[in-house]
Amino acid sequence: MSKTVFDRPHSLSPVPFHYCPGCTHGIVHRLVAEVIDELGIEGRTVGIAPVGCSVFAYNYFECDMIEAPHGRAPAVATGVKRSRPENVVFTYQGDGDLAAIGTAETVHSATRGENITIIFINNAIYGMTGGQMAPTTILGQVTTTTPYGRQAAVQGCPVHVCEMLSTLDGTAYAERVSVDTPKNIIAAKKAIKKAFTNQIEKKGFSIVEVLSTCPTNWGLSPADALEWLRKNMMPVYPLGVYKDVDNVHKEEN
Amino acid sequence: MAKVLMKGNEAIAEAAIRSGCRHYFGYPITPQTEIAEYMAKRMPKIGGLCLQAESEIAAINMVLGASSAGVRVMTSSSSPGISLKSEGISYMVGSDLPCLILNVQRGGPGLGGIQPAQSDYYQATKANGHGDLHLIVLAPNSIQEAADCTSLAFDLGDKYRVPVMILADGALGQMMEPVEFSGNEKTELPEKPWATTGTGMKRKKNIINSLYMQPDELESSINERFKRYDVIEKNEVRYESYLAEDADIILVCYGITSRICKTAVGMARKEGIKAGIIRPITLWPYPKEALAKAAETASEFLVVELNKGQMTSDVKLAIECSRPVSFYGRTGGVMPTPEEILEQIRMIGGRIK
Repeated sequence: MSKTVFDRPHSLSPVPFHYCPGCTHGIVHRLVAEVIDELGIEGRTVGIAPVGCSVFAYNYFECDMIEAPHGRAPAVATGVKRSRPENVVFTYQGDGDLAAIGTAETVHSATRGENITIIFINNAIYGMTGGQMAPTTILGQVTTTTPYGRQAAVQGCPVHVCEMLSTLDGTAYAERVSVDTPKNIIAAKKAIKKAFTNQIEKKGFSIVEVLSTCPTNWGLSPADALEWLRKNMMPVYPLGVYKDVDNVHKEEN
Repeated sequence: MAKVLMKGNEAIAEAAIRSGCRHYFGYPITPQTEIAEYMAKRMPKIGGLCLQAESEIAAINMVLGASSAGVRVMTSSSSPGISLKSEGISYMVGSDLPCLILNVQRGGPGLGGIQPAQSDYYQATKANGHGDLHLIVLAPNSIQEAADCTSLAFDLGDKYRVPVMILADGALGQMMEPVEFSGNEKTELPEKPWATTGTGMKRKKNIINSLYMQPDELESSINERFKRYDVIEKNEVRYESYLAEDADIILVCYGITSRICKTAVGMARKEGIKAGIIRPITLWPYPKEALAKAAETASEFLVVELNKGQMTSDVKLAIECSRPVSFYGRTGGVMPTPEEILEQIRMIGGRIK
């Protein structure tokens, strides 16, 4: 007699990903889907896909999905959540989408304490357009638009999203995780689950920043990319919980 | 219900609420801020939402999200703000999402001014965003008609799954007139089985999207939308004809300008000049047939607008340049007087005798 010990989560669509070999999007998609399954919320979840490598996320989740304009996912999520508060609404955004063109939407959905969940993929580069500088590109990092390495005096310094958002009163939860090792993947899943649970418990704006790899545009093998992430990204973007409060709308309750 | 005296901006807001709109997202900009203020007072009392966004861009994307969730939703702005919304408008067209967008026009380009203008005609009718697209564009000329157009806009948007724009101007937004709300509080709104409200594990997922990587798929989606546009052009053209049947000179004008033209036409008639008006109420779809028909008997056309002549080309196309089309307009927030327009009518009258 056979017993299923490992299967595709129900809320992850049975279709192949378009992601490059070694890209960590697949891992994070699976973690999100596992969490949706475990919380039993697939039927009331609405996901918002960004513009960037994960633009096709609407093909990969079985819940209702919306594809938002570049950077605007938190505003779109606000519109959905404020119209139907019973829905669980999450956005899945990359660093260019969330921390460059969508900075205003990100910051202000946090200041309002929007009761939404944001999964933020930080791989320090623009993947979809072929390896340009991201707001999270680290100093010295070579990209196609920083061919001599990112210089503070020319291109400015990398943005620390969790640190920045944790200063805002509307942010209930901000944690930075990584998916470079099985241990970190387990921790990442725990954080993602908390970010969704927070929304169900009406705690307010929750964001999980996931340090991710882009072997293709980093020009590294998948294994070397993981090593590069540990060596170069983690010192700039330390893992950890940056904010975790009970309820951002206390005065109303 | 008895008539009440209201500002145009407030009447539109009230009409929206009566049409079943419970979600408003906006950003302050003169001369339309009263709408947000009215919504902020009224919405919380009726279980609705008025949310002041961080930008026009965010506001239109909140509208995109709310429309995806299947509710009746609107935003309002004035010219510079509408430019900011054009990205979201294009995405909403591409995603077949209905909504009401109100443009209480002020002078441009740039920051322009805050006085009434009609210089967003091209933008509203031809370039609301990138891509092959149209919005239904309604141009009321009174507070009553603005209220009626608001209800109509929500119904048309839901029926054809298109964003609808009301193209008003600073005068209509700010002036007060008696208005009667027909009393038909919308309690039953159309079903939206396409909306992203959660599958409830009872149906396949809905996807709201404007992205097609295969050229033939994108072309098919556009062709399908243009078939709907064909139906709109066939069924939804609205215009008013005033003394046009026997007119030698047809004035073509819309919105607040048409009120001034009406006075000028009355003055011309008293002088024995046969002038009349064809007033498009829908700027898209455009009343081409009415104009073409008028060209069979009229000698000349005069377009009057608060801009530098943006609608002139549409009139020329509608009548296939079969009659001379001249233009008179003021811009930058300056309103023409009836006498200025009468002078134009007299000049045309003199040469067609």
